[in-house]
Amino acid sequence: MMKRTLSVLVENRPGVLTRVAGLFSRRGYNIHSLAVGHTENPSISRMTIVVEGDAHIIEQVEKQLNKLIDVIKISDITDEPYVGRELVLIKVNAEPDVRGEIMQIVEIFRARIVDIARNSVIIEATGDEEKIDAIEASLKPFGIREMVRTGKIAMIRGAKTKGMEASGDGSAI
Amino acid sequence: MVQQSKERTGSQVLMEVFQNEGVEIVFGYPGGAVLPLYHELAKTDIKHVLVRHEQSAVHAASGYARISGKTGVCFATSGPGATNLVTGIATAYMDSVPVVIFTGQVPTFMVGSDAFQETDITGITIPITKHNYLVNNVEELPRIAKEAFYIAKTGRPGPVLVDIPKDVALAPCKAPIPEKIELRGYKPTYKGHPGQVRALAKLIKEAERPLLFVGGGVVASGAEDLVFELAEKIQVPVATSLTGLGAFPENHPLSVGMVGLHGKPCANHAFTECDLLIGLGVRFDDRVTGAIEKFAPQAKIAHLDIDPAEIGKNLRVDLPLVGDISSVLKELLPLVETSRHDAWLKRIKELRNKYPLTYGPGGEVRPQWVIERLGEMTRGQAIITTDVGQHQMWAALFYGYTKSRTYISSCGLGTMGYGLPAAIGAGLASKDMQVWLITGDGSFQMNMPELATAMEQGLPLKILLFNNQSLAMVRQLQHFYYEKQYTAIEFTGNPDFVRLAECYGAEGLRITKKEDVLPVLSQAMKNNRLTLIECLISEEEMVYPMVPPGAGLNEMIMPD
Ligand SMILES: Cc1ncc(C[n+]2csc(CCOP(=O)(O)OP(=O)(O)O)c2C)c(N)n1
Ligand SMILES: [Mg+2]
Repeated sequence: MMKRTLSVLVENRPGVLTRVAGLFSRRGYNIHSLAVGHTENPSISRMTIVVEGDAHIIEQVEKQLNKLIDVIKISDITDEPYVGRELVLIKVNAEPDVRGEIMQIVEIFRARIVDIARNSVIIEATGDEEKIDAIEASLKPFGIREMVRTGKIAMIRGAKTKGMEASGDGSAI
Repeated sequence: MVQQSKERTGSQVLMEVFQNEGVEIVFGYPGGAVLPLYHELAKTDIKHVLVRHEQSAVHAASGYARISGKTGVCFATSGPGATNLVTGIATAYMDSVPVVIFTGQVPTFMVGSDAFQETDITGITIPITKHNYLVNNVEELPRIAKEAFYIAKTGRPGPVLVDIPKDVALAPCKAPIPEKIELRGYKPTYKGHPGQVRALAKLIKEAERPLLFVGGGVVASGAEDLVFELAEKIQVPVATSLTGLGAFPENHPLSVGMVGLHGKPCANHAFTECDLLIGLGVRFDDRVTGAIEKFAPQAKIAHLDIDPAEIGKNLRVDLPLVGDISSVLKELLPLVETSRHDAWLKRIKELRNKYPLTYGPGGEVRPQWVIERLGEMTRGQAIITTDVGQHQMWAALFYGYTKSRTYISSCGLGTMGYGLPAAIGAGLASKDMQVWLITGDGSFQMNMPELATAMEQGLPLKILLFNNQSLAMVRQLQHFYYEKQYTAIEFTGNPDFVRLAECYGAEGLRITKKEDVLPVLSQAMKNNRLTLIECLISEEEMVYPMVPPGAGLNEMIMPD
């Protein structure tokens, strides 16, 4: 099993997310994460989908996604240089005697404390998946009360783009 | 043709689109939410066929589309009308039949409120349509309606559903029908990659035992003549899938017939022995391949299809080739040399003699024999629609198809009840060919009320109903795989089908012994009314050959 990161341009229309998500569950593909938002062109959204599977499954995922009329273009960017980021919010137990320790961890990971209560704090961090996993692991001993991750969003490094301009007509493969 | 952007209602827009698309018939069933569409339809000269159940509307539209080569059109109302369509839509989807379905929906301001007769039909049909739309704004309707027809018919065809809230259908619309379709996410590939086409020509040249495998994609593409030309030019055997029946004439010396779970023995052996298998518009589904690891073990596999997602889905493929079959074959034909494969054809002849298609034991009237006689009497010139069960397989194996678009059946979904409404659609599409429905007592009773529709349409359909008082295909499964424990397959209260036909004002005939067969068939062929023949057969008949689960195609169970 491998993890691949797909950058998918779709029509910004109601129901598109249902079509994409439904396709994954219906055909038994594993979504690791899915993040979606509109692009520089308001009629187009970009989905960053991290999917698990062998080469055969990934090929099928791409082909089946391509059959959806609302899917404009699919790029597997896994092997390209790209910036991948995830945002996480972690609510962690923080009695006064351990706050110093927590602050240190926050600093090491260049995270931020964005809310403080009497015996807990909310920490915000961004980074690639490994970093987010690492900060989660470091905070675990204190007792994580709640955590929410956005899933990865990604962009190709350099001047190259994975937008409509890159493909001209928008047809995939 | 530039459209004036004068104001008209949503329903009127739809009628304009229908005129542009050349729609001749709408199959449907009315109800409150779809009345605005019916109101405008009545003002056109488009024929409406009122069915007895919405499922049948889609099946009939599918039969119409498969015979005419055009796109079938259906209407249904919201809620139960829409949900009744589901089996029909799924059936059309699995066989890649172009149908556009328009459903009425509750008004936009009620959508999402569990209003009376509201169902989320676009949500329900996402997995069984090529695409679907909920029209939220009437100004989008001209574009959507045109796109719906375009998507249904182009690329790999399939059903498209358009859900139109009642207020949208009634609302004034200024937007013109667009002249051009712009779908940045939908660009079917028609032309094959030249390098791949050359590679295929090379594979053909190198192969000693090539086999052409013809499927529904050949019919959809209208590539039958090109396949014929290719087969004769390189002198190789030709097999078909169930959907491909008739796309290559079965009386041609190169034909080995249908392959698969209940394929002809010669075809199944040919698959196991060939060294190059060229799949043309097929999808290698499990009923074709048998155990996938034993499928075509000696062969390189070339797969041509317009749908890239079919290639490599079920099977490792040595040469993928995406494109429209006609277009690809036109490129390919000049690249292949006229050749012969005498040793291979000799081997095919041996296989044909060694493994003939036989009936196995049975009762007094043999359904296989009846179908063979029907094939002879109609000289393969009738349209055969079928239901699902043993009779479907006998109809596939024993009729002898010589013309494309003459075997119309629910091949992919296996929907009992498809045959009668499909025959109605076929009858309306075909002016000159006789339409026969070959059905079973179980399947026929699923959509039997459509007899009335057929009568209303004045269609002289011929119905050959094999009555074994049972769901005999299921019985066959229980016979082989469930210790002959026959459960839930026996009918003890079937109607008298002859009198039933008479009730509808049709003619009813019965075959109870072998001597009845020829006179009854010829009487049915001659008379010009809807005629139902009830043919009594034994429930102990089996469909042979049969490839058991886990076996290769050559490991068929044959009659003793
Ligand atoms: C709608 C539907 N329900 C159930 C089945 C499962 N099934 C397949 S064949 C069959 C028996 C069909 O009986 P009949 O039409 O009498 O045909 P026979 O096999 O007896 O020739 C059944 C129940 C099906 N294919 N379709
Ligand atoms: Mg039966």
